[in-house]
Amino acid sequence: MDNIIEVKNVSFEYDIESEKKPILKDFSVSFQRGSFTVILGRNGSGKSTLAKLLNGLNKPSSGKVFVDGMDTSLPEYEIEIKRRVGMVFQNPDNQLIATIVEEDVAFGPENLGFEPGEIRRRVDNALKAVDMYDYRRHAPHKLSGGQKQRVAIAGIIAMEPRCLVLDEPTAMLDPKGRQEVMQVIRRLNKEKNITIILITHYMDEAVNADRVIVMDGGKIVLDGPPKEVFSKPNIIKQSGLDLPQPTELIFQLKEAGFEFQDGIISVDECVNALKRALTQEV
Amino acid sequence: MLKDITLGQYYPTNSVLHRLDPRLKLIVLFAIIVFIFISSNVFSLAFLILFIALFIIISKVPFKIYIRNIKSIVLIIALTTTLNAFYVDTGTVVLKFWNITITSGGIERAVFMTIRIILLILSSAMLTYTTTPTELTYAIESLLGPLKHLGLGNAVHTLAMMMTIALRFIPTLVEETEKIMNAQKSRGADLESGPLLKRIKSLLPILIPLLISSFRRAYDLAEAMECRCYSGGKGRQRMKQFKLGVRDYISIFIVILLIASILVINYLYSAGIIYLNVW
Ligand SMILES: Nc1ncnc2c1ncn2[C@@H]1O[C@H](COP(=O)(O)OP(=O)(O)O)[C@@H](O)[C@H]1O
Ligand SMILES: [Mg+2]
Repeated sequence: MDNIIEVKNVSFEYDIESEKKPILKDFSVSFQRGSFTVILGRNGSGKSTLAKLLNGLNKPSSGKVFVDGMDTSLPEYEIEIKRRVGMVFQNPDNQLIATIVEEDVAFGPENLGFEPGEIRRRVDNALKAVDMYDYRRHAPHKLSGGQKQRVAIAGIIAMEPRCLVLDEPTAMLDPKGRQEVMQVIRRLNKEKNITIILITHYMDEAVNADRVIVMDGGKIVLDGPPKEVFSKPNIIKQSGLDLPQPTELIFQLKEAGFEFQDGIISVDECVNALKRALTQEV
Repeated sequence: MLKDITLGQYYPTNSVLHRLDPRLKLIVLFAIIVFIFISSNVFSLAFLILFIALFIIISKVPFKIYIRNIKSIVLIIALTTTLNAFYVDTGTVVLKFWNITITSGGIERAVFMTIRIILLILSSAMLTYTTTPTELTYAIESLLGPLKHLGLGNAVHTLAMMMTIALRFIPTLVEETEKIMNAQKSRGADLESGPLLKRIKSLLPILIPLLISSFRRAYDLAEAMECRCYSGGKGRQRMKQFKLGVRDYISIFIVILLIASILVINYLYSAGIIYLNVW
């Protein structure tokens, strides 16, 4: 099995006024190359802290994080790791640094010191990959939230990373913006084979993932394919999360005494199961 | 009201002016500003007006966009015009009521000042319409380049980066200020009436949230920049490279022509070879 990122027995704490606030303790997880992982968990469960450990923004106080075998705590790998593991945050406004879309997307490659022609190529490719090429001469502050977030993603893609860590990228967007961004993320995974680690509050975004991790109190409480994870409604609810709507509906029906198979997570599956049940009744 | 700030409002039209080297444009703007102030007679001023009008046409930016800029400073124009008209008392008396006299010299000066201010606004607006802020900061960084030899390279880069970020965040912060103001108003805050001291005090509930959120933004932005491999100016490249091209040389030639013409006109005027007398 080929892992792009390995987190090994990591502990991490924040220093607040010389007091240590432990967030993660002896935490281990690894991410397979090319996979699509969704991380769920209530506010304060340590998701963002984990995300920032993955590209060396946070350094473990004990244990190690490896990206393609490179230790994130070593200064000589600093830039290379950030290039390979791109990171997109919640608020697109706070990630864009230039006043013109294409100039913003160029920021990463410019920092990496590529030739102007190569920078141009990367910028054009990245903007096409997120469907924002037609907006390349626009000012970011005049774009919609979803468009801004796609530009932010392009800014990372232009560094040609192997892995993309997205920390609640859709949390500040309207439904349309959310859909656009999710479409782009899925496409990057499928077509460019970029490993995706997506942190989110929306259960429906987890349904199509290869793997779902549920965190609570700085620990992994569930880890597996979505079907498996969502068939443990009690643990999900204890962790302060909701089930995806189809799963919740089936769960309620089961509680009321109806019989359904496990692992219904998508709308289609739910519709089919209900159809079958209804035709059997008649 | 706040939305009217046009600082750094790029207007893409893909004209020749847009494609000129930003360093050249910056230098030409400085030259034009100097000439606006040394054009001391009707002829050289008329010449400048013609020239700037030509530039406006070449820029392909709609004229009403320029007008919008002038509208925002109409008050300042009116004030300087009246003050000049009242205070200058050379020439013949044109108008007299109570103890106020308006002289031909005063009117002349007022007209000159008005035209100068308008030309000043038009030409600097032209620069911001045809040049992206990033290009502008690049121009400043590049023109300050010689300072690098004095060991100030890092300072020059930092200055340019700060300008880029400031320009990028002005609209965001303006928008945020409006949001906070509306939020406070809807809670009954009275921001627009009362004595000055009270109005200044009522700004606190706006400034403090703005300050706090700016710190949040600064922190986020620093992390985002780090994630994009930013580590200062060392080893950084630029996507856009500016090399002086044929276009730029032609412009330099035209500007030198402009300088020469104004100097010649000024000389001819002061030597009394050309003159205009409307009085
Ligand atoms: N920069 C920081 N300094 C101190 N404490 C922090 C910082 N960032 C997060 N925390 C704390 O760490 C805990 C986990 O936060 P976080 O990783 O942001 O969780 P999540 O992203 O799942 O909401 C929270 O209790 C939060 O208050
Ligand atoms: Mg978080």
